[in-house]
Amino acid sequence: MRIEFLALVAALAVGSAHAAGGGGHVQHANNDVSNKASLQRGARNFVNYCLGCHSAKYVRYNRVAADIGITEQQLIDNLMFTGERPHDTIRNAINADEANRAFGVVPPDLSLVARSRGPDYIYSFLRSFYADPAKATGANNLVLPGTAMPHVLWDLQGIQTAVWEGQVDAKGNASKHFKEFELASPGRMDPHEFDSFVRDTVNFLDYIAEPVQLKRKALGYRVVAFLILFTLLAWALKREFWKDVK
Amino acid sequence: MMESSVETARPTGRLAAFVAWIDARFPMSKMWKEHASEYYAPKNFNFWYYFGALALLVLVIQIVTGIFLTMNYKPSAADAFSSVEYIMRDVEWGWLIRYVHSTGASAFFIVVYLHMFRALLYGSYQKPRELLWIFGFLIYLCLMAEAFFGYLLPWGNMSYWGAQVIVSLFGAIPWVGNSLVEWIRGDYYISDVTLNRFFALHVAALPLALIFLVVAHILALHEVGSNNPDGVEIKKVKGPDGHPLDGIPFHPYYTVKDTASTGVFLILFCLIVFFAPEMGGYFLEHANFEPADALRTPEHIAPVWYFTPFYAILRAVPNKLAGVGLMAAAVVLLAFLPWLDRGKVRSIRYRGPIFKTFLVAFAISFITLGWLGLQPATGAYKAAAQVFSVVYFAFFILMPWYTRIDRTRQPPDRVTYHAH
Repeated sequence: MRIEFLALVAALAVGSAHAAGGGGHVQHANNDVSNKASLQRGARNFVNYCLGCHSAKYVRYNRVAADIGITEQQLIDNLMFTGERPHDTIRNAINADEANRAFGVVPPDLSLVARSRGPDYIYSFLRSFYADPAKATGANNLVLPGTAMPHVLWDLQGIQTAVWEGQVDAKGNASKHFKEFELASPGRMDPHEFDSFVRDTVNFLDYIAEPVQLKRKALGYRVVAFLILFTLLAWALKREFWKDVK
Repeated sequence: MMESSVETARPTGRLAAFVAWIDARFPMSKMWKEHASEYYAPKNFNFWYYFGALALLVLVIQIVTGIFLTMNYKPSAADAFSSVEYIMRDVEWGWLIRYVHSTGASAFFIVVYLHMFRALLYGSYQKPRELLWIFGFLIYLCLMAEAFFGYLLPWGNMSYWGAQVIVSLFGAIPWVGNSLVEWIRGDYYISDVTLNRFFALHVAALPLALIFLVVAHILALHEVGSNNPDGVEIKKVKGPDGHPLDGIPFHPYYTVKDTASTGVFLILFCLIVFFAPEMGGYFLEHANFEPADALRTPEHIAPVWYFTPFYAILRAVPNKLAGVGLMAAAVVLLAFLPWLDRGKVRSIRYRGPIFKTFLVAFAISFITLGWLGLQPATGAYKAAAQVFSVVYFAFFILMPWYTRIDRTRQPPDRVTYHAH
């Protein structure tokens, strides 16, 4: 029990140091969940590029259609490929055993990834694959080093290589720091197009993590407006009653 | 407003007959008078006196939202996480009920901490209010247990590992530690069995205990009467009608005042519920949006913010048993305040400079420890936690000494009050 406890404390210390170290490569997604056109493009990107391996098992197809502003027929024609019905949740085709054999891990469900990791993290992660011949997938990632995920978007982004800066400190220990990415072979999109492709995808993930977020804020304005009115009235009533307290 | 209209309007006709029928069988009017219309509270309550009523409001909010969450939540390791997402996505208004409940948990601690600090400011725990304070202390203990058990229920990864860390603390107890931990979990690790029993404790046992203690707390308050910012006893100066001259009936004066403060509280509460329900990861932690995983710890395990001052004390001590002991002492010492305080006056207004210095140092150390509990326990953070732990304990341990030698001022005979 003692060892277990110490391990937890150690994990905590290492974990927070890691979090601080990883922050340097994170770029801002600047996505906007109220932009329905972006959500529609994101949904298309998601079913085309993510759904092969990742599910979104808490998300219902028809809820997505209603929220991003497409009809059920458009939904069936453009976003549903695996034989589900519109009221089903978004499951993927690959089964867990198969995925485990191929990648060594089961690809995580993406319903809540924008809430557990944040949109900026996913945006940076998807843009930070680089060629690494040492890896079985041929690609490594700057944000999540050693990731089992292949560079799925390579034909869009192209292949980039990482440029490292070598440093030797006072004690003679060599270390290397990331300097920049270099585009070794261009993809079908230019970097600007690719960034907005990723931004739309992240936007969709952000939306599915909490589908109610837009309605929540809209309702919030009305609730708070009512409460301000209520409080003013209650305060006026209080003043009236308290006039006779001398 | 006319003096006469403050009198409760007397029911007439059929309604009066109905009230009389009930009063002959149940002390309805008597209780209303004792606890509201003829409970005389000091007229000089200030900002710090809002939080008792607000704590009661939050208790009601938590019970009502909790009932509706229970209708849709499934307390099993296989279904718990999905059922919370089902509530968030598919249950009509489920997201609102869940956010109100999760925000309510943090709000409960905010108002209770402010309510407790009020007692420190104005000596509200001093004779004859020791039992009132003890009941309040027990409410705080139950609240911590309630929050801890409830935090496991979403079955997120932080729920899981948080419970794992806290339950394992009992393992520090010599001889029985490991058996005790197993007995609490009901298993060799945090499992479906643990979740099921935590659910029972969270939705049945502790709410019952809380309601019982809150009733006892209010009965004790109404027996001894409320303290006030001057710390003077209003019952000493009574008018010809036998009521304290500085007292006003709780209803309507404080019911109407608390209605206004409820409005302000709900505005702040709803700003969080509707615009920042995660509160930047402090009210709903990011790692808890991943399901419980017994094989993978979150990157950074920390308890929810309301436990972090005690967590910082725990980690400040290199020896685990001593750390657990000090953490428990940090909570339990609160119960002894009525006997540690040897001051001749209650209120900070008439206390001397030494008490004021210690109280400010205590407040700063509590908040700083809370912040340190969220940081890694390394290097300067750990050293700081050790320093502030010493300050925290010095407030209690040295209290019998510094409250006796402090230069206090003579409080007035009557409360200070400026009519608005």
